[in-house]
Amino acid sequence: MIHPRRLPLEYSSVASVEGPLLVVRGVDGVGWDEQATVKLDSGELRHGQVLEVDRDLAVVELFEGGDGIKPDAARVAFAGTPIRIPVGEGWLGRVCNGRGQVIDGGPPVMGAEWRNVAGRPINPARRMPPRDPIITGVSAVDGLATLVRGQKLPIFSVGGLPHLELAAQIAAQATAPGTSFRVIFAAMGITNADAELVRDVLEERAGKGELALFINRADDPVVERILVPRLALTVAEHLAFDLDHHVLVVMCDMTSYCEAVREAASARGEIPGRHGYPGHLYSDLASVYERCGRLKGHAGSITQLPVLTMPAGDITHPVPDLTGYITEGQLVLSTEMQAAGVYPPFEALSSLSRLMRNGAGQGRTRSDHLALSAQTFAALARAREVRELEEMVGSDALSETDQSYLRFSTALERSMLHQRRDEMRDLDDTLDRAWEALSKLPRRELTMLSRELIDEHLNKKGGLG
Amino acid sequence: MSIPSVGKVLRVNGPVVEIGGLKNVATAELVEVGRDCLPGEAVTIREGIITAQVYAYTGGLAPGDTAHALGRPLSVALGPGLLGGVFDGTMRPLDAAAEFLETAGAPQVDAARTWAFTPRAALGDDLKPGALLGVIQETPVIEHRLLAPPGASGRLTWIAAPGEHSVDDRLATVGKVTVGFSNHWPVRKPRPVAERLPAASPLVTGQRVLDLLYPIAKGSTACVPGGFGTGKTMLLQQIAKWSDADVIVYVGCGERGNEMADVLDELPRLVDPRTGRPLMDRTVIIANTSNMPVMAREASIYSGVTVAEYFRDMGYHAIVIADSTSRWAEALREFASRTGQLPAEEGYPASLSSALAAFYERAGLARTLGGTEASVTVIGAVSPPGGDVTEPVTAHSTRFVRSLWSLDRDLAYARHYPAVGWTASFSRDAERLGAWKAAHGDPLWAVRRERVIALLGESDRLRSMAELVGSTALPDLERVVLLTADLIREAVLQQSALSPNDVYCSPAKQAALMDAVLQVHDHCLELIQAKVPASLIEEVDMSSLVRAKDAGGPDDIAAATSARDSILGQLEALR
Ligand SMILES: Nc1ncnc2c1ncn2[C@@H]1O[C@H](COP(=O)(O)OP(=O)(O)O)[C@@H](O)[C@H]1O
Ligand SMILES: [Mg+2]
Repeated sequence: MIHPRRLPLEYSSVASVEGPLLVVRGVDGVGWDEQATVKLDSGELRHGQVLEVDRDLAVVELFEGGDGIKPDAARVAFAGTPIRIPVGEGWLGRVCNGRGQVIDGGPPVMGAEWRNVAGRPINPARRMPPRDPIITGVSAVDGLATLVRGQKLPIFSVGGLPHLELAAQIAAQATAPGTSFRVIFAAMGITNADAELVRDVLEERAGKGELALFINRADDPVVERILVPRLALTVAEHLAFDLDHHVLVVMCDMTSYCEAVREAASARGEIPGRHGYPGHLYSDLASVYERCGRLKGHAGSITQLPVLTMPAGDITHPVPDLTGYITEGQLVLSTEMQAAGVYPPFEALSSLSRLMRNGAGQGRTRSDHLALSAQTFAALARAREVRELEEMVGSDALSETDQSYLRFSTALERSMLHQRRDEMRDLDDTLDRAWEALSKLPRRELTMLSRELIDEHLNKKGGLG
Repeated sequence: MSIPSVGKVLRVNGPVVEIGGLKNVATAELVEVGRDCLPGEAVTIREGIITAQVYAYTGGLAPGDTAHALGRPLSVALGPGLLGGVFDGTMRPLDAAAEFLETAGAPQVDAARTWAFTPRAALGDDLKPGALLGVIQETPVIEHRLLAPPGASGRLTWIAAPGEHSVDDRLATVGKVTVGFSNHWPVRKPRPVAERLPAASPLVTGQRVLDLLYPIAKGSTACVPGGFGTGKTMLLQQIAKWSDADVIVYVGCGERGNEMADVLDELPRLVDPRTGRPLMDRTVIIANTSNMPVMAREASIYSGVTVAEYFRDMGYHAIVIADSTSRWAEALREFASRTGQLPAEEGYPASLSSALAAFYERAGLARTLGGTEASVTVIGAVSPPGGDVTEPVTAHSTRFVRSLWSLDRDLAYARHYPAVGWTASFSRDAERLGAWKAAHGDPLWAVRRERVIALLGESDRLRSMAELVGSTALPDLERVVLLTADLIREAVLQQSALSPNDVYCSPAKQAALMDAVLQVHDHCLELIQAKVPASLIEEVDMSSLVRAKDAGGPDDIAAATSARDSILGQLEALR
């Protein structure tokens, strides 16, 4: 619990307004990171946060920006606490905006307790390593990059690809069999059309009281995007660690989030780093992404599925790069796979679930799962080399073995990776489809599978040697 | 000693706090600010105003809040209780802390815990710094040696009786200096040694690509640059688990919480093959994850190396593993930017390269004050933004280390782990270690290494040619080079951290696997001479040699030799 360090304070001494920054003079006892509320002469309220306190000056960053504020007519109240939100199951089934105000026509969400949205760092010594799978019903993910409860696994996409559809599909379908599973979908800067798509796909699950939606649209205040994931995660932490739910938090689009961070930093006059992003973007993203995992002595977990679009498809751009440095793998979508007509357009070789080795296999998914996916990746890597070679020398110059790799990768794309947007595919089915594709290869190529596994899975189907 | 005074907070901008009115404070000394007594360090002092970096969340801290100076620099309490423990960047124990970390700190040492002390020096002995005063069997594998600290010399006028003592007890008096279990040492100051020595013997990491191609000596330095997902953490954890050092200090600096949880979960269960005891018994963990206070991340690197030096002084070979040094550099950058310092390269302060050099310089083989040979090895991960190895942290680290294990994105994407590349990596210890190997029963080590590096380089050249003309268009001799290079990669260099039999590999098995591949290669060359077509050789099933690394345990060389023999037989049949 955070207790206010003092009673709220109010001032009418606004010295300047510049972009989203407002400077108040003559303050006394206002602390760093406090919540501030500005009342305009029209009665309108703006919300903000203390960025810096220097002697008797306080610099406030306003989520809704500073336009329209008359310095001599505004009153600024400092709450004595950081920004807080009520927590509780009341959020489930509800839709609200980026400041946590309900926009579904219903009553405001009440909670027994208010918590600081910035959260506090989880003590690494109290964490438990993620160990159990989430079944998303999407073959590419479940089969080759299993999502593990307590993991943060982002989707790296580019504009024009169906990442939002995939994120929504996973949000709608994902389960941890035999447990109580909850989903929070946080949208930052998405278009109104996309927001409608998300609400459509998620309506049923929200209706069952299993899902909450926080939506900041493209035409909503930009700086507010910084708040959205923190609201979602504060609610999620309570659901997971006080109420024992497994919570999946989907956050889309993290690139819009980072752009908001950049905009705020530039308004503060910070030295821009690569692509204009501030040097502390890594720490800022970590303060979001690290709010997931499992804790000793608690049944629940928080899993994150952030979605980001790589500007110009560049994976070395700071947003995917810093995200990749913090998250536990990435699911990469590509225009090539999209052009090949595969949904989801999953680029297996650049994708990786780092925690899969602990969350899949014997006793978790199926005993052949890890070896099967390792072999699939190895074969895909070889198939890619063969494809490059084929482009140079033509398919006639390829050996018989090389040709079998091409047949394998086509089979994998068509029958395993590809599926319908509303198809919840069973894990056994997913894995059997991978075996089917591998059966296109000569047996001596399957060095990552034990002879027993090969006998069991390929011979029972009358596969080849 | 300075007299503590009370000052006032003037300005708060995240972890950067300005303080006025504090007298008698030097830079690098500790301060406490606000009613929660948040710890911080004075970094600059200008016209009576101290700029401090604070090691905790500063929310709510306001101008007018009080500030104190502690009159000492940032220090760690060195003593028993470090091994097997988990600490934050400023060495506060995390075992005892809450699930969600509060801003106010926990105490550094557990005052209630007692340790069985056995004196080893006699009253009246004339002692010098580094002299053995007594021992504590801290864990079954590490005897904690209490030494006369640097600066303490003279007659032993008092020593505690054998038995249980707590950290607050006095244990000995040497000259004018009182010695207890817990001794503070300022983290930014290297602990003294009698003499630095050239590093000469290998740190056996158990990872084939390192031990065979890019070895590191005990007391040397290495850095591991690589984009995300290339395997830095896995490689460093493998070294932490399986290398033949005595004491491991693992610093998780600005990286993932789940990784620390994994280490903490595994180490107590994994058994050290050399001692038969849990690996945790020789390990100290410092965990300042990316979401913990940024400035404590900066301190964590120094805390780690200080702890390693402390064990070195007892006569142990210690290694410090820092994952990742880039996060530490970024903390330097963040502080510099919040205090308006003039940025040099990519926003980093101009002092970055000297700070990196000084950090790696704390490694070394030494004769300790007590007279034994012991070492600190430093291995740091580097996380270049966008995988760009020309960025400042990578570029400068490369200048200061003896070994560079450069992780290659293409290898990692092809799931070739450890993805240590053979074009950019180097080991400046290789020559000296070759001599050591020759003197210790493996005269062929250097020859083997040279042949393998040459074959890999040659195959890269051929492969780019094959991409133009197709591999079938290459001369037979060259097709064999490609075949062998594949075999080197798959049968020798690839080593899965997840394969129970192959998590580490003894030097004997390393040599056996490598020799097996080279013998197959030589035989193929003979066949080509005898006009056997390469296309026939390529169809030979060599998968048994690829599987040999996993077929037996870390010391088992039988699988390698029997696979070799069966392949040689198949090859011979082609004549
Ligand atoms: N030696 C190895 N054996 C098996 N898998 C590995 C190995 N090294 C890396 N990997 C794989 O690569 C992933 C990323 O490795 P990691 O060390 O976390 O990368 P980095 O620290 O460079 O971001 C791991 O989760 C694992 O799947
Ligand atoms: Mg890492």
